[in-house]
Amino acid sequence: MSRNLLSAADLSAAEAQTILDSAEQMYAIQSRQVKKLPTLRGRTVVNLFFEDSTRTRSSFEIAGKWLSADVINISAKGSSVSKGESLRDTALTVAAMGVDALVVRHATSGAVQRITEWVDCSVVNAGDGTHEHPTQALLDAFSLRRRIGDLAGRHVVIVGDLTHSRVARSNVLLLHTLGADVTLVAPPTLMPAGVASWNCATSWDLDATLSGEVNGAVDAVMMLRVQRERMSGGYFPTEREYAISYGLNPRRLKLLPKDASILHPGPMNRGLEISSAAADGDRSIVLDQVKSGVAVRMSVLYHLLAGVDQPAPALEEVSP
Amino acid sequence: MPAQSNSRPSSRHITTSPSDSGDSKTVLHADDVARVLDRIAHQILEKTRGGADVVLLGIPTRGAYLADRLAARIRAFGSVEVGLGMLDVTLHRDDLRTQGVRPLGKTVEPVGGIDGKLVILVDDVLFSGRTVRAALDALNDLGRPRSVQLAVLVDRGHRELPIRADYVGKNLPTAREEQVKVSLSEIDDEDSVYIATKSEPRSESGQPE
Repeated sequence: MSRNLLSAADLSAAEAQTILDSAEQMYAIQSRQVKKLPTLRGRTVVNLFFEDSTRTRSSFEIAGKWLSADVINISAKGSSVSKGESLRDTALTVAAMGVDALVVRHATSGAVQRITEWVDCSVVNAGDGTHEHPTQALLDAFSLRRRIGDLAGRHVVIVGDLTHSRVARSNVLLLHTLGADVTLVAPPTLMPAGVASWNCATSWDLDATLSGEVNGAVDAVMMLRVQRERMSGGYFPTEREYAISYGLNPRRLKLLPKDASILHPGPMNRGLEISSAAADGDRSIVLDQVKSGVAVRMSVLYHLLAGVDQPAPALEEVSP
Repeated sequence: MPAQSNSRPSSRHITTSPSDSGDSKTVLHADDVARVLDRIAHQILEKTRGGADVVLLGIPTRGAYLADRLAARIRAFGSVEVGLGMLDVTLHRDDLRTQGVRPLGKTVEPVGGIDGKLVILVDDVLFSGRTVRAALDALNDLGRPRSVQLAVLVDRGHRELPIRADYVGKNLPTAREEQVKVSLSEIDDEDSVYIATKSEPRSESGQPE
């Protein structure tokens, strides 16, 4: 595996499976009484967040701490960034302190990639603009795999604000790598430009997709948050109309197969893209996604950092 | 959890192994491995007074299969059901930085836990002792056993830590640069233990060189 995790496309199928398999072991550790492993003792991880985040930042922090790394949080507010320091200077300043990994979130697509050109340590993309969020895709795949088993040949539907969603892009890349079929559903105004070149099907009709008329029976549906903060208006007439056409409301829930899973990367706008009946029902794995976030990030930090003194050997298949 | 294998190939004509580079010597054949495991099972029953409170913890990959087989034999010989689990030590290893990251094995806590139990760690090859040290650390995270013992199929010497095994299948004097390989029918073609002089890509036999 390379030193950085910038895109879900960086991972081969074998590497992705290895990370998910290791996360399985980390997940088991989460339910132990003593949740502390010595593996990353002496390593320092800095969470460099130029954008707000609760679950990603805290789960990276918990993941690092449970593996005994020292974790420091730096957010744009209250740091020199608010005094006008450039991205490059901030990254170099933090890296100069001798950290082993930077976990970066930034509002601009490609900002994290840019940082890797300036610093020597490992860099993990925790979300850059509307580009990618690879650990979210990993945890979605992990959570889903726990619920429905191997994802090869399964059909995942991703619904919502695809234009502004880094989660959707990373998920399409990773799910394709893992052999799953993906259908993207959104109103035409929220369908990303160039989606035809992605490895997935697309549809504007959520009802038809959920009933299996578009791309076959549905194994899981992922509802994306309508990102009000990225909306400069004009994508859809009203929130009410969006909820009626693309929200997972109780009526639509009946179209979804009984054994299908419902995912949401959070935070949820209840009543807009997802109804409480869907979010809190048996088929929802929203809370498991949060729990999986820590396990998956432990696994990512382990694979990136535990052996960095020399290039990691080729990954082998995990024996039982 | 690996399944107990019923096949016990008795052929004595094992001259080559899958990873045989032509420069290896077989030390234990399939029927030798079976006899050695029989003996260790009897010794465990004897030394633990009938296997009460015993929990076998296999260290993946091959130690876990050996623990499975020992549990089956103890069940057959002593009519006692011992606890059985798996303990992956990767996250506790001290050589990740030099040997690189490896995929994690499985940890399976035995039913009933390990608190107050007599835990017997099971591994295929005892070499530097660093795997066992890591296992002792990993045990701390699971609970507090009454005492801990160690069973290995092969003890090849060259210890780097004050660690010894309580049950040894075979003491095998080796040169440091030699490699001891254990094949088990659950994942390899057959049961055997052999010494390879050339370094081979597969070095599952426990400790780093």
